[in-house]
Amino acid sequence: MAKIKSIEDLRKVAKEHRDSIELLVRENDPDGFVIVKVAMATCSIAAGAKEIFDLISEHIEKRGINAIVTKTGCMSYCYAEPTVEVTLPGKEPIVFGDVDVFKADEIIEKYIKNGEILEGIIPLNYRTAESI
Amino acid sequence: MVNKTQIRIALRNCGLINPERIEEYISEKGYMALGKVLTEMSQEEAVNIIIDSGLRGRGGAGFPTGIKWDYARKSVSDQKYVVCNADEGDPGAFMDRSILEGDPHSVLEAMAICGYCIGADKGLVYIRAEYPLAIERLNIAITQAREFGLLGDDIMGSGFSFDIEIRYGAGAFVCGEETALIHSMEGERGEPSLKPPFPAESGYLGKPTNVNNVETLANIPVIYLKGADWFSGIGTEKSKGTKVFALAGKVNNVGLIEVPMGTTLREVIYEIGGGIREGKKFKAVQTGGPSGGCLTEKHLDTPIDYDNLIANGSMMGSGGMIVMDEDNCMVSIAKFYLDFTVEESCGKCAPCRIGNKRLNELLGRICEGKGTEADLDRLRNLGEVIKDTSLCGLGQSSPNPVLSTLDNFYDEYISHVRDKKCPSGVCKDLMEYFIIEENCVGCTACARACPVGAITGERKEPHLINPEICIMCGACMEKCKFDAVILK
Ligand SMILES: Cc1cc2nc3c(=O)[nH]c(=O)nc-3n(C[C@H](O)[C@H](O)[C@H](O)COP(=O)(O)O)c2cc1C
Ligand code: SF4
Repeated sequence: MAKIKSIEDLRKVAKEHRDSIELLVRENDPDGFVIVKVAMATCSIAAGAKEIFDLISEHIEKRGINAIVTKTGCMSYCYAEPTVEVTLPGKEPIVFGDVDVFKADEIIEKYIKNGEILEGIIPLNYRTAESI
Repeated sequence: MVNKTQIRIALRNCGLINPERIEEYISEKGYMALGKVLTEMSQEEAVNIIIDSGLRGRGGAGFPTGIKWDYARKSVSDQKYVVCNADEGDPGAFMDRSILEGDPHSVLEAMAICGYCIGADKGLVYIRAEYPLAIERLNIAITQAREFGLLGDDIMGSGFSFDIEIRYGAGAFVCGEETALIHSMEGERGEPSLKPPFPAESGYLGKPTNVNNVETLANIPVIYLKGADWFSGIGTEKSKGTKVFALAGKVNNVGLIEVPMGTTLREVIYEIGGGIREGKKFKAVQTGGPSGGCLTEKHLDTPIDYDNLIANGSMMGSGGMIVMDEDNCMVSIAKFYLDFTVEESCGKCAPCRIGNKRLNELLGRICEGKGTEADLDRLRNLGEVIKDTSLCGLGQSSPNPVLSTLDNFYDEYISHVRDKKCPSGVCKDLMEYFIIEENCVGCTACARACPVGAITGERKEPHLINPEICIMCGACMEKCKFDAVILK
């Protein structure tokens, strides 16, 4: 990695990263990538998030789905850990709570593959700094 | 209903980005604030923005951050330090851990900005060894920031150099106090020392040191990106911005929340928290952990900010918020926190070391039904003396849970000492075995099981337990097949 030597360099790294994601996600393209985020803070892991992360990563690959599976920090819904956020191409992100092995399978088969709405969705309950 | 009471500033990236990839932070405008400060502002200008924003420390005391930075900036020395306090010792608090695990770069960036502002080239994160995942992610973040040239020499061609190291704490609550923290980093005993001198004059290794809490730092980059006016537009007159709370206890939706200063407890508990579990009745909310106090029904509509919490006998603390319902005994809650402070007192000064021990014994007596009304006055007097005479913030705030429950739940203390009853049914020693007349068929099983002959009654007639003789062994309850024996 070349060092960042100026603000311009910093902007370039930011843009390159955004472009690389956009290239994969491709809004409105049904073959675009799905983004799956699994909350992996200490408390999420204690609730089983590591197993869910491994399981989803494995099955996404096995079932040939175009998806990026990443981990994040705490999504803040302690009462519903493990939590998983899924963004279908061109759609708003949706957070699923209390994800166990069964639920993870359902998320892949029903929501990711067919866009079927499932139970156990946690409504967005905050505004971001950007929006005010 | 979608509730939008919450605003994410400190938690802006938590749960959204991968904390182990610096590119994701950078693509969310990460390190832009540092770039802006280094290339466009003098030290004084940069400090003034934080002063104007009205940001106050989120680690407990609520000291204005910009003013603190200005003291450290004005201290003259060849070497200065920036310290991030990630000790987080309050029982039940996990805000700082979540920030470090979810968005470590925001803290590193803020430390570098602070370094520029005060003229320090070295930062230290003091974190408890009990936070292995936060430590792992911090280490990854520091390594990546160095690789990208965002820590190290001549950052972004500005000529400013800054690097960060991690120091591990062994998890003592008192080591979160800034002077004790500094002694602990120096390899000395983790004991507080008298202020002044403040760390801004003489801190780590005797050099000017600026200590800030994790959450305080996480707010910094946003203030530079969005402006001081934007930040000071959120919150109340004297408390600006947002506060992160670890909402726990008897609410439906326990979790990490971030609300603007001035949000009411009612909004937090009923709108965000989804109300009290199992439809029970709200009783109190404890804020500020072992240094704080309990607020009640009558405070539900009080806007939460530093000054209102103190005016009502509690404090912001670092942000633990524990909700209690009718099943919680307030005397036991006070005792729970005091058990903690007695355990965690460093023992350097007598009021805290001995006073809290005595305070705890008094509470113990009350919970066992051996307390008197005079003990309640003793609790208050001793509590006031400990507050006034202890050396550090631990002792100065440790009687708060006792004093605030005395203020708000005096009736409950009176029940314990006068009627020898625990209204919430928590204090075991104040309960009695009791036979419900309607359920008792007079089988005599309990009377035969009782080792001290405390139970009397004719065959096929309801039986009776004599509490004077009963030794609370519970044999009767075990034997009864009709659920007629209860503890109340
Ligand atoms: C007993 C005691 C424990 C403390 N624990 C912490 C802690 O865990 N984290 C923290 O940031 N501040 C803690 N503080 C407050 C620090 O002394 C200091 O005020 C704070 O780190 C300053 O940062 P701020 O201005 O950003 O809040 C504690 C204070 C006392 C008296
Ligand atoms: S108040 Fe307590 S913790 Fe603080 S110095 Fe005195 S004994 Fe130690």
